[in-house]
Amino acid sequence: MTTTTTTDTLLSVRDLHVTFPSEAGPVHAVRGVDWDVRPGEVLGIVGESGSGKSVSSLAVMGLLPDRAHVSGSIRLRDRELIGLSDREMSRIRGRRIAIVFQDPMSALTPVYTVGDQVAEAVRAHDRHIGRAAAGCRAVELLDLVGIPNPTSAARAFPHEFSGGMRQRVVIAIAIASDPDLIIADEPTTALDVTVQAQVLEVLATARQATGAGIVLITHDLGVVAGFADRLLVMYAGRAVETGDVETVYQRPRMPYTLGLLGAIPRLGDRHRPLVPIPGQPPSLVGLPPGCPFAPRCPVVIDACRTEEPPLVPVDDPAHVDDPAHRAACIRVADLAPTASTESTMDVAERIYHSDDPVTAPTAPRHRRREKVLEVSGLVRHYPVTTGVVFRRTVGTVQAVDGISFDIAEHETLGLVGESGCGKTTTLMQILELAAPQAGSVTLFGQDVATADKATRRRLRRDIQVVFQDPIASLDPRMPISDIIAEPLRLYGASTEQARARVAELLRLVGMSPEHANRYPAEFSGGQRQRVGIARALALEPKLVVLDEPVSALDVSVQAGVLNLLADLRARLDLSYLFVSHDLSVIQHVADRVAVMYLGRIVEIGSSDDVLTHAAHPYTRALLSAVPIPDPVAERQRERIVLVGDRPNPAGPPAGCRFHTRCFVFAGLDEQHRRPCLDIDPALTLRPGAEPGDHRIACHYPQVKTGA
Amino acid sequence: MTLVESAHPVVTRSRGRLVLRRLSRNRLAILGVLVIVILYLAAFTYTWYWPWSYQVSDPNAYLSPPTGTHVFGTDKDGFDMYAQVMRGLQKSLTIGLLVAVLSTGTAAIVGSVAGYFRGISDRALMWLVDLLLTLPNFLIIAIISPAFHGRTWLLFVLLLAAFSWMITARIVRGMTLSLKEQDYVRAARLMGVPPLRVITRHILPQMSSLLIADATINVGSAILTETSLSYFGFGVQPPDVSLGTLIAGGTTSAVTFPWLFFIPGGLLVLTVLAVNLVGDGLRDALDPNSARGRRREQRAFRRHLRSGR
Amino acid sequence: MITFLLRRLVNYVVLCVVVVFLTYLLASLTFDPISLLLHHDPPPPRSVINDKIHQLHLDQPIPQRFFEWFGGAIHGDFGNDVFGDPVNQQVWTRALTSLRLFGLGTLIGVVFGVLVGVVGAIRQYRVTDYVATFVSFVLIAMPVFVLGTLLKFAAIKINQVTGSDFLVFEGEVTPGFTGSFAADLGDRLRHLILPTLAIALGLVAYYSRYQRNAMLDVLGSDFLRTARAKGLRRRQALYRHGLRTALIPMATLFAYGFGTLIVGGPFTEHIFDWHGMGEWLITGINSQDANLTTTVTLFVAVCVLFSGLLADLAYAALDPRVRI
Repeated sequence: MTTTTTTDTLLSVRDLHVTFPSEAGPVHAVRGVDWDVRPGEVLGIVGESGSGKSVSSLAVMGLLPDRAHVSGSIRLRDRELIGLSDREMSRIRGRRIAIVFQDPMSALTPVYTVGDQVAEAVRAHDRHIGRAAAGCRAVELLDLVGIPNPTSAARAFPHEFSGGMRQRVVIAIAIASDPDLIIADEPTTALDVTVQAQVLEVLATARQATGAGIVLITHDLGVVAGFADRLLVMYAGRAVETGDVETVYQRPRMPYTLGLLGAIPRLGDRHRPLVPIPGQPPSLVGLPPGCPFAPRCPVVIDACRTEEPPLVPVDDPAHVDDPAHRAACIRVADLAPTASTESTMDVAERIYHSDDPVTAPTAPRHRRREKVLEVSGLVRHYPVTTGVVFRRTVGTVQAVDGISFDIAEHETLGLVGESGCGKTTTLMQILELAAPQAGSVTLFGQDVATADKATRRRLRRDIQVVFQDPIASLDPRMPISDIIAEPLRLYGASTEQARARVAELLRLVGMSPEHANRYPAEFSGGQRQRVGIARALALEPKLVVLDEPVSALDVSVQAGVLNLLADLRARLDLSYLFVSHDLSVIQHVADRVAVMYLGRIVEIGSSDDVLTHAAHPYTRALLSAVPIPDPVAERQRERIVLVGDRPNPAGPPAGCRFHTRCFVFAGLDEQHRRPCLDIDPALTLRPGAEPGDHRIACHYPQVKTGA
Repeated sequence: MTLVESAHPVVTRSRGRLVLRRLSRNRLAILGVLVIVILYLAAFTYTWYWPWSYQVSDPNAYLSPPTGTHVFGTDKDGFDMYAQVMRGLQKSLTIGLLVAVLSTGTAAIVGSVAGYFRGISDRALMWLVDLLLTLPNFLIIAIISPAFHGRTWLLFVLLLAAFSWMITARIVRGMTLSLKEQDYVRAARLMGVPPLRVITRHILPQMSSLLIADATINVGSAILTETSLSYFGFGVQPPDVSLGTLIAGGTTSAVTFPWLFFIPGGLLVLTVLAVNLVGDGLRDALDPNSARGRRREQRAFRRHLRSGR
Repeated sequence: MITFLLRRLVNYVVLCVVVVFLTYLLASLTFDPISLLLHHDPPPPRSVINDKIHQLHLDQPIPQRFFEWFGGAIHGDFGNDVFGDPVNQQVWTRALTSLRLFGLGTLIGVVFGVLVGVVGAIRQYRVTDYVATFVSFVLIAMPVFVLGTLLKFAAIKINQVTGSDFLVFEGEVTPGFTGSFAADLGDRLRHLILPTLAIALGLVAYYSRYQRNAMLDVLGSDFLRTARAKGLRRRQALYRHGLRTALIPMATLFAYGFGTLIVGGPFTEHIFDWHGMGEWLITGINSQDANLTTTVTLFVAVCVLFSGLLADLAYAALDPRVRI
């Protein structure tokens, strides 16, 4: 960023420090950050959890809790905001600076209607407007952010809306008083991928409607690539690199930025290895002197550990087009591409010279291999109850409605879908080893419905699970040695045997056996996930079910866990059922991919087929929604943005379940729409494909080559 | 929101020590602990240091106001009030503690079983809770009281415990329901760990902090119920004394012989107040999100800032 | 919604019947009215005792006695007490007496409890909050019989100092008082002050703690932050969004609170010499009277369940998420 505060700077943050008290000592969440936003400009602030990005935005809004200690300077035009009273700040909040928070599910007051809450924002800064006029304005705003039937929607309560719709309402509130600056704090993180794209479009509309500057805070380098003009990368409470978005993506000069870019799974690049950054972000309590990234840095030298490098302009004779490019690294010069053809990814690979890069599995499907899991016509319906006080059953959620797939030995099946598509229900149904409501589950040749108690016990040994949330999946009151030993003890291992096996398992997942007596709280997310994997492997299972194993992890640790999983699979001859909402992750691990929508599988086939010849409109929309961490490519590519939300699984649409959101359907004439409305499409082989088992449930499959 | 996450570094201290540290910063709770310890010691050792017994009357002092010989005065039969009050305190404290332990234990078992197994056992147990909550425990025990006239006071303890576990059981059930959905419990279940072992190894330990805090609060309410019953003669029976019977004896003469009412009444309020302060402090210390715990952190933090970084 | 209320009502009626049966059973098993007779000096002749046994149906098995009593109770006839007088003579006046006390006490308790709690939360860690917190803690630790006696003591002292007799603490009305309707009402109100205070103060303390904590819980919520981000000041946001949301859990608490209130009844009535249901319960137990005790129990059960129903309705009214 420019250090000279030009007159057209909207907001200027200088040397911002935020400190929180904690039991362990003061947490220095933000440690001297500078940034500027000009009117109409989009500044992207990128960082992992704990980098201080959200804290700095709350500091701008004056919404940090009282216990936070804020110092430095935040100037809005010519007005200093730090030190203003609540009354003075309340005149700025909403009118000059507005904010969109991460979690739309809890951002609205549950007891007031949506219209009232938007109208309140209108009236907050315009006392002369009447109640009725504010209500009308609220309806206009709801219309602007793309809420269908805004007049009746204004009378609805927040709980009647989906997450995406609520986020639109929050954006409507943010633009109600025509602010000069909108801070969007991870606005799409809590949303489904197909809804993320919609919300980003609404944000762009809001920007046009108000001409406001935008600060977009995110952990997702893909989201900012297409949206931001300039970028600020934060690490451990400091800005470590900043510049125009193209410069930062194409010529990053800070090893951390480089590592982040290298660690993102990229669509279409599936045979390119992921580059993990070793270690994890530091604790912000009592940081040692020196560069906070030094312990993880591949190019660290002794000088890095003595003093924290300042953010200085990158002296790049080859590129003088971006004088604002700055980086906080003393080895800036060594990170330049050696040749003009060397891409960011190449540099990342060179710098991090990863020894065990994950390579996507390419094993062809062996039809003759034994099947470890066969699911056929599986059905799981739930009764829906409504009301807390007056509970009653109002319908049936068709969570899983007749799905079939199988997994062969040493094979990985990726199950992809958004929230509510039934993928977790499918997993649980398989793992519970109970007879399904309809259809069958066959594990290692044994139908679970007919298995007796002893057989079930034997089956349980061979199928294990790794959960999504590494915090919730480990009992916080047990040392990790006990956690990993639990399945062993259950199957009769002695204390001695268990201890030896725990040490072995810890080594297997890349952790030190000396840590066996520590508690889960002492480990970072990535390490805990490794403990979870070790527990799953304790009984030497044949099939491991992975429920979103990396989606709760920071990008920089995600790659390491994915690499570990690939490595274990090869070494231990495992089969995986890998569930994820993220196609870019799936493509790095899966041999075969199944795409789920509303309790059905809509497309299934080998990874190559599904990812490169996606034929179902939903799969294509999913692929299109995966952000590309490259500003140029991201802006140029054609996006498929689905309309609306996923229908309620308690009452799925008749005919093809996808037709309400389908862009192909939307382009058809009346006559051609008939099949979609009337006939439920069955999974059929993709027409025109070379022999294989790529199946699609669509009346009008797209045979065009995708992504 | 990432703010909370970022503000919480990797915890490297044991939880017990952390809780103790947070508790020790709560001055009122510490005061409560001190008061309880002092009352306990005073009540259970009074025969060692006090010349009067609760059973022996002083023929030279009927209805004597507090004096040098009888610091708390005497009652109409010449019994020393200090000895009486200490004896009553013994009973009240013991009963309160026993009842709290028993009822919290029952609540933990009933609540976790109902919440974990759901289905028919849940329905039955919760119906029982509803039924017992329909009638205040005071009423039931009062009705049964004629049956234990002349029997051991331990029976009274059992009755008190049997009718005061319901609300805690509901809370435990609610927590079990949410803990059951936690991935680590799910992991244990899917691994094939038997249900009772899941409850004892994974669910109840997780609630231990809540149970400790709740047991403490239950001590207070058990003392209150005990004294209430004894007040009407439905609880502790003469010749034994509890704070309730003493207060009942002093009520009618509160204006003329105030020490007979104010001394046992004041001690009762002090005891329950102290117990509640400790319970409240424990709850705050155990709850990482408690605003008050934070408030204290903040004070320490401000001191830290002042002392210069 | 109506059907759900009905279903709940049916459940409550079943609970009531079971409770009444159990009470009758327990009372019949433990009570021994004849023993009281035997303590008379000189002991009554055998024939008198046998007459009494017959009169109280003690020669019949307990279930038969229960169904006889219950059959009457359904039609509003609660049988005779141990002295042979019909329970119905007093039941309605006593019920009204108690309800007047409890109703007013609850109303004052809830309203002031919420107010004090809100003020405590908004002025958190100021002097007002500390004072309110301390007083609440003391009141919560104070059983009704201590509080009632203290109030009575204070009233006597105040009357002495001011030389008036405005504060009365005996009975519901001045015995033999006659006057216009207004004067009568005034006299009754004067008698209500102290007992109502005795009941309400405890409730204020109890509710205010919960309201304050519920408000503070809401304080950290995302939606309150959204409200402040709109440009509402902290206090405005707390009143408009925090208070309204924090009232929801209070609705459930209301049902529990009523139980504690009922327990306070016997003490308050005893101390202030009111002839309500609470006092009657004590009489019933002391005279070992199963019919009377069960009648009072029925009254208590109906009160508790009715307040539970009210709490459900209040919950549905406050929280749009549970409405249908």
